[in-house]
Amino acid sequence: MAKPIELTINGKRRTVQCDPETPLLNALRDDLNLTGTKYGCGEGQCGACTVLLDGAPRRSCQMPVSAAAAKSITTIEGLEKDGHLHPVQQAFLDAGAFQCAYCTSGMIMSSVGLLATNSKPTTAEIVQALQGNLCRCGTQPRIIEAVHQAAKSRQERGR
Amino acid sequence: MSGSDVKFVPEPERYEFNAGPMHHFELARRDFFKFLGAGIAVFAVAKDALAKQETAPTQGFHSEELPNNITAWLHVGEDGNVTAFTGKVEIGQNIRTSLAQTVADELRVPFESVTMVTADTALTPFDFGTVGSRSMPTMSPQLRRAASAARDLLVAAAAKEWNVAAEGLTAADGKVSDPATGRSLRYAELARGKTLAENLPAEDPVTPPNQWTIAGKPIPKKDARSFVTGEHKYTPDFRRPGMLYGKVLRPPSFGATISSYDAAAAQAISGVVIVRDGDFIGAAAANEREARKALEGIRVEWKEEPQSSSKELFANLKKNASAKSDERSRKIKGSIESGLAAAAHRLDASYTVAFIAHAPLEPRAALAEWSDGKLTVWMGSQRPFAVRDELASVFHVPEDSVRVIVPDTGSAYGGKHTSDAALEAARLARAAGHPVQVVWTREEEFTWAYFRPAGVMEVKSGIAADGTLTAWEFHNYNSGMSAIETPYVVPNQHIQFHSTQCPLRSGSYRGLAATANFFARESHMDELARTAQMDSLEFRLKNLSDPRLRAVLEAAAKSFGWPRKKTQEGQGFGIAGGFEKGGYVATCAEVAVERSSGGVRVVRMTTAYECGAIVNPDGLRNQVIGANIQGLGGALFEAIEFENGRITNARFSRYRVPRFRDVPEIEAVLLDRKDLPSAGAGETPIMAVAPAIGNAIFDATGTRLRSLPLVPNGLPSLKT
Repeated sequence: MAKPIELTINGKRRTVQCDPETPLLNALRDDLNLTGTKYGCGEGQCGACTVLLDGAPRRSCQMPVSAAAAKSITTIEGLEKDGHLHPVQQAFLDAGAFQCAYCTSGMIMSSVGLLATNSKPTTAEIVQALQGNLCRCGTQPRIIEAVHQAAKSRQERGR
Repeated sequence: MSGSDVKFVPEPERYEFNAGPMHHFELARRDFFKFLGAGIAVFAVAKDALAKQETAPTQGFHSEELPNNITAWLHVGEDGNVTAFTGKVEIGQNIRTSLAQTVADELRVPFESVTMVTADTALTPFDFGTVGSRSMPTMSPQLRRAASAARDLLVAAAAKEWNVAAEGLTAADGKVSDPATGRSLRYAELARGKTLAENLPAEDPVTPPNQWTIAGKPIPKKDARSFVTGEHKYTPDFRRPGMLYGKVLRPPSFGATISSYDAAAAQAISGVVIVRDGDFIGAAAANEREARKALEGIRVEWKEEPQSSSKELFANLKKNASAKSDERSRKIKGSIESGLAAAAHRLDASYTVAFIAHAPLEPRAALAEWSDGKLTVWMGSQRPFAVRDELASVFHVPEDSVRVIVPDTGSAYGGKHTSDAALEAARLARAAGHPVQVVWTREEEFTWAYFRPAGVMEVKSGIAADGTLTAWEFHNYNSGMSAIETPYVVPNQHIQFHSTQCPLRSGSYRGLAATANFFARESHMDELARTAQMDSLEFRLKNLSDPRLRAVLEAAAKSFGWPRKKTQEGQGFGIAGGFEKGGYVATCAEVAVERSSGGVRVVRMTTAYECGAIVNPDGLRNQVIGANIQGLGGALFEAIEFENGRITNARFSRYRVPRFRDVPEIEAVLLDRKDLPSAGAGETPIMAVAPAIGNAIFDATGTRLRSLPLVPNGLPSLKT
């Protein structure tokens, strides 16, 4: 049965009225119109629905909205600050690390999560972190390049 | 059989949708300016036969005479901004950018001032579909000619203004200038207050590639920022006032029909709309969960038909082949019998390819909205006009009451040609009296879409003692005719396609049957090279006269460092090449086979590609490398499994596609031929991947693999 559930999304308190078992992905997309987070498979295998929960990448299709209630949720829409792209967004843009770009939100969120715990990942560590994110267009080499570039620019900016 | 050449038409595949459309444009000339404001407009008219096939037949605009074979139009507005219209869709192949480059280049305006309006049946000219790598070879020249004509109109307008001859004036950077006096007028000033529309002159000269200034450059993707911020709206991201979410009750197996139906319990749920129409059952509700629950509450029994399984697939394809063969599907040259008799070595081998799925990350989806008997559908589709026609026919409404809009789409790879999701959403929306969105689940996507057809290829060949091909007999069962011919010089040939009963719904997939035919041919060529005790590249070049194919083989080999000496246990190298759809490709691959586990890893690939004059080298590189990575899946491990009308591996956890760890070091060598027209690049770069890898595995292990996927579970024969 639908119940009001309080969420903290991109630093703002939001209330959704839905069944507590509803996947967080649906609450974001259908109740809050945050459609930057994508549905790709519904079984946690493609990573298109990746969001950050207290800074760590999580598959929002696999998480009941009630389980996210006490956490801080960041979606792709929450990365840009004062008109400035997050360094990972900027690096994807600079590297042209997309084709159809449907996977891009999830790729960026997983990469932001990686850089939060590992500020200078090796290629093998990037591959490991993004192994659960699918890009069917085959843009993986540029995505790896973009993550390296983002790590570099974060260090330069000292963020 | 006769020894003479017969007319051979390798395209389109029989499973392509090639029925002629019958419709008219919706935007009258008056409306055009109402919509875009005053300015200068040019309508591009198809010139060559191929382009004409992709346009509508006879009827023109409603009210004023316009040629019937318009393929594109563009408009220069009073603010100097340029809007170009095409029925092609953006699905990640980057045409929004490369076509805008083409227009900007020819019109001599900054890239940023060009906006492309794509794939909206109410706004853009008819287009057959974004298929067959046709966007660059047909749409690019059409837009270029329209832009060139618009530039001439602007120059003429300036000449009139200054009362001078047009010949001495120049156009550059959005301005017309008079070098004699130094004065200039911006396009914006020239377009002001005008409603000047011109059809294209039959022949309008365009800028040759060696004088391009904006085309040919690695310009970043248009609107790229909206993709990294999540702002871009794909079809599943659209929301309309009052919109409901739709779900379809799928039968338990293909072809099942309803034998009993009871929806009383589901219908009692408030806010849910249930539709049963023939064997279609669907529900629409305020959210997906409620719609799904409603479907779960419907009691339905199905009548099922027993069906075959993937285990007996290849035997069935052969067994059920049609005995009839028409001349369109057969090519005979010389005499196979005498070619084989003259051979020093003969080889006979059979190859197979499995059904595979496109698995675009954005599943099939549509949002349908009825208003006053008119239907608007947003949908990720490669064929918006075909979808419109089908909607009109299925819902018994005139075509001009249906509008299909294709937002830039989360990929397709040949998989988004049908209108299924649109029909479902529109049916539910009509019953609900609200807009309805249907987004297929991944499981639906893997089951109810369509597949790249499986096939069996049988090859019989002969070579002389010096390695010259004497005979080439090639039969393809079911997968199709694309690239079925051999590019090698063979005096005696028999090439034939055999249709058969296909157990699964099949359709286009990036490259169509060319991937299967390349795999069989290039694997077989490798086997022949071994028989002749020749290097694989040397053997190919010995039997090849086509200079463009020789060039890509040599370029790939050079960059890869072919031939290579093995330096490690389990290492192997392979090469393959060919041409299709105006593009020439060669791939070299290095594999590492772990003897203890039988695991195969592709370590490195080099693909050389040549498609005439390159419009955007950055976008092209992305396409070529992407095709190589996507090709790894079909080469190594992708296969649809089915049994008794059910897909048994319809999810990403059971259907393996390439992931980061599978991606080798890949190099794309792009040959830019400014002297040749631009061909497409969406498909051909995928074609040589599988045979190059198969040949490398043979080089590493001595085991010849003749089935795609090559190693779904590693190499069992090597396991110790």
